[in-house]
Amino acid sequence: MTRITSIRGSLSRFALVSLATVLPATTPQAAETIKVGVLHSLSGTMAISETTLKDTMLMLIEEQNKKGGLLGKKLEAVVVDPASNWPLFAEKARELLSKEKVAAIFGCWTSVSRKSVLPVIEELNGLLFYPVQYEGEESSRNVFYTGAAPNQQAIPAVDYLMNDLKVQRWVLAGTDYVYPRTTNKILEAYLKSKGVKPKDIMINYTPFGHSDWQSIVAEIKKFGSTGKKTAVVSTINGDANVPFYKELGNQGIAADKLPVVAFSVGEEELSGIDTKPLVGHLAAWNYFMSVDTPENVDFIKKWQTFIKSTKRVTNDPMEAHYIGFNMWVKAVEKAGSTATDAVEKAMIGTEFPNLTGGIAKMNKAHHLSKPVLIGEIQEDGQFQTVWQTKGLVDGDAWSDFLPESKAIVADWTPPINCGNYNTKTKKCSGQKY
Amino acid sequence: MASRVAASGHTMKSEPRIGTKEADILMYRMTFSRFPASVGGRCTSPPPRRRSWGLGIWIIIGCLLIPALVRAEPESTAFVNALSRLKDAPTADLPEAIERLATVDDPRVLAALNALLENRLYVVKASGRIVSGTTTGDGFDLTDLESGQSGGSAGRFDIKKIAINNTLRNAVKRLIARRELGAEDAGQRLQAVQALTEQADDESTSLLRARYPLEKDAAVRTAIGTALALADIGSADKATRLQAIRALEGNLDQQVRNKLAELVETREDGSFVEPDADVRNLAAAVNSNLELKLQLNHLAETLFFGLSLGAVLLLAAIGLAITFGVMGVINMAHGELMMLGAYTTYVVQLLMPEHLDWSLFVAIPAAFVLSGLVGIGIERGIIRFLYGRPLETLLATFGVSLFLQQVVRSIFSPLNRSVATPSWMSGSVEINGALSLTLNRFYIIVFGLLVFWALLAILKKTRLGLEVRAVAQNRSMAKAMGIRTDRVDAMTFGLGSGVAGVAGVALSQLTNVGPNLGQAYIVDSFMVVVFGGVGNLWGTLVGGMTLGVANKILEPFAGAVLAKILILIFIIVFIQKRPRGLFPQKGRAAEG
Repeated sequence: MTRITSIRGSLSRFALVSLATVLPATTPQAAETIKVGVLHSLSGTMAISETTLKDTMLMLIEEQNKKGGLLGKKLEAVVVDPASNWPLFAEKARELLSKEKVAAIFGCWTSVSRKSVLPVIEELNGLLFYPVQYEGEESSRNVFYTGAAPNQQAIPAVDYLMNDLKVQRWVLAGTDYVYPRTTNKILEAYLKSKGVKPKDIMINYTPFGHSDWQSIVAEIKKFGSTGKKTAVVSTINGDANVPFYKELGNQGIAADKLPVVAFSVGEEELSGIDTKPLVGHLAAWNYFMSVDTPENVDFIKKWQTFIKSTKRVTNDPMEAHYIGFNMWVKAVEKAGSTATDAVEKAMIGTEFPNLTGGIAKMNKAHHLSKPVLIGEIQEDGQFQTVWQTKGLVDGDAWSDFLPESKAIVADWTPPINCGNYNTKTKKCSGQKY
Repeated sequence: MASRVAASGHTMKSEPRIGTKEADILMYRMTFSRFPASVGGRCTSPPPRRRSWGLGIWIIIGCLLIPALVRAEPESTAFVNALSRLKDAPTADLPEAIERLATVDDPRVLAALNALLENRLYVVKASGRIVSGTTTGDGFDLTDLESGQSGGSAGRFDIKKIAINNTLRNAVKRLIARRELGAEDAGQRLQAVQALTEQADDESTSLLRARYPLEKDAAVRTAIGTALALADIGSADKATRLQAIRALEGNLDQQVRNKLAELVETREDGSFVEPDADVRNLAAAVNSNLELKLQLNHLAETLFFGLSLGAVLLLAAIGLAITFGVMGVINMAHGELMMLGAYTTYVVQLLMPEHLDWSLFVAIPAAFVLSGLVGIGIERGIIRFLYGRPLETLLATFGVSLFLQQVVRSIFSPLNRSVATPSWMSGSVEINGALSLTLNRFYIIVFGLLVFWALLAILKKTRLGLEVRAVAQNRSMAKAMGIRTDRVDAMTFGLGSGVAGVAGVALSQLTNVGPNLGQAYIVDSFMVVVFGGVGNLWGTLVGGMTLGVANKILEPFAGAVLAKILILIFIIVFIQKRPRGLFPQKGRAAEG
């Protein structure tokens, strides 16, 4: 907040800043609120997933206010709509930080939107809580990654398939953009390190919103019919999943013969699908709505009361926001202020219970420790946990399975204080993201 | 099968005949020969698998105590006991509890196993009874498995599901298949044989071997023969192996092909999987004979995929062929009119949840009328003021498309809606072991062609069609002849929009029903119309089918992304050479 005077500080912005400093004296009511930015698309293609997260944030903020707010002040949500338009994400982030002076931003879904917000957040020294599972290979001082890194979702899922289902042949199918490509790169390296031969790995990319899956599914079927147990690891994004699963069902690929484990299909996505042909297919997440813990039941009840519908489901990114927000509250209380630098320091080491059991802890690389769950899709659109990691898995920003990031670690505590520290050369590359 | 087993519980003495209850029972007893049918007798046979000591003691106690009680009413109690084990078993012991249940000779077992397989088996929390349940909106309708009677209803939190995973699902399938091997219905038997072939193990094989001489149905007999030959390939005797391969000659079934391909493979150390050269050579010969057949099948499959993609393109474009092709209006809201059709399907299904199978037949006319009316509204409200100004029309209709999207978002939420597929459209027909055609695609090809013919008939045979063609060819002359061009414009646009709505109904069966549905198809639609030749329905048909097949031929080599790009480049180049598309329209208006 103290570094508001931006590089491009124009006269009007200067006036605004001085106004902001004057405001507390004149209107005490405004001074009593701490602003929290909510940066989720409410229109466009991503509205499907992101609208729910906006509502989650409103619920969390309302709840915190009922408890008496934060540092004696009320919280105020500032909701903006970046409309699934990646450059607009950056603009809206700038607006939130320099105009609205929010203490923290909760937002973004796709990796490309996060990448577009990053320079702004770092320039204006803001805080971003990013709630979605992503491809890793990044750690910014100004971002807290409350979703899963690849080692908290993809790797354990592959381990499960390999060890429990004895899968020998692999189809890595994904939508053609950065998250699936990076994840599949990591998975390919991992599978090869486990002795899987290149001829037993098939990689396939499709465009966003792909709807004609006939020949790809036929190809997968052929690849999977050599007698060796085959599985599909799917990083297919949102919309394209419905026709994909429909085609699987129509071509008679049942889960017990050729299971599909998905990283982007959650309860919310399933609520728009006829789930009958999907029963038995898998998904890997850190949270399932069906997990029976008192915290989770409580959370679901609160959500359904807030949204006024017992039909609405909860999902993994919602849990990520729930943990992220509560951690931020704790950190602000600990730091006694909402100043970015103080909160950033206080965040590291903060603990908060996961909804699915265990205590999430914010690590030095700004990632969380979480349990990894594998669930089978049920007819009612819920997941039934069939496998779970023994304890919690610590989020690893830089994958150990890619040669280029093997030696790199992120550590935002002294003496390293770097998001991409090379343990071999003992240098911080200085590259920001 | 269920009731038959019960009825014939005491008719074991008579000669077993195929297809009769006795034969069924005999088959069934053989299935579980390790577990003699009477419950008391089970204690005398050793437990089939390694068991924990705790369970062992349990069994001993059970053997001491239960027989006396059981013999009074053996089958019934055994079933109840075995069933209640499911409830108490922790997940790790569930497989064993299920297998134990399957050994009980009771007609109700099959119902219980089927319920388990279909995720319908629940424990009532309050009473501890095991029931099968079907969802009814908020709660469940229960059926008591012991009595077979209705067990009332329960709320979501009153019952707990007995859940199984994929591994168990396979095991349950096998157990059911073993039981159904003696079913009266040949179709059921065939399914059972197929299930047992897929998950072959020694016990299933010996069951099939026993069934083979009894089986009278030709198809089932062939299937059993295949399964046994597959098993025989693993035999130690060379002659048996050779005979098995000969028996499998010409069979296109995937499993057969895998097995035969395996025989000629080498291991990592260079040694052959199949040690005997004669067997290897025979397998290789059989394999190479299949090659041509397989390639033909593959070609047929690609063609089918291509035609079905073409049919989708045709459906999406054919409405546009009217509005853009005949009227020359660049209608960017065309995709949204399809979206309205898809949402109509959703609403129709909401209104008639009991008759999902017939919902499409209601949705098609409803979507035609709705989209047609919206189209007429757009034409009367906006487009008619912009005739002759294509750029403005483009911008205005683009605005309309955004507006329609947002309207849908406000009414139905931005989330995708789930449209159910009628049962007659799900699944596929197997032509042979290497080729099966998906039903939904098949119907969409048929539907696309039907729409095409209907539209062609309207344009060629009706008065409206005549007027439409007249106005399209020479507006002022048509006007001079007394045709009300205003009305014709509105009707033509309404017709094109209505057809877009009908296409939306078809698309709802293939893709997401959401606010963005239209955007995904608008580019493709224009592509097809421009490629086929503006103003020519036949061009749209040929254009759509050509692009569909070309796309599917390219896809396996180039990947989905590159295939699309290549098609686009092809069209750009093509348009350079033939700016009017495949079938250019001839006429005075077309020149201008």
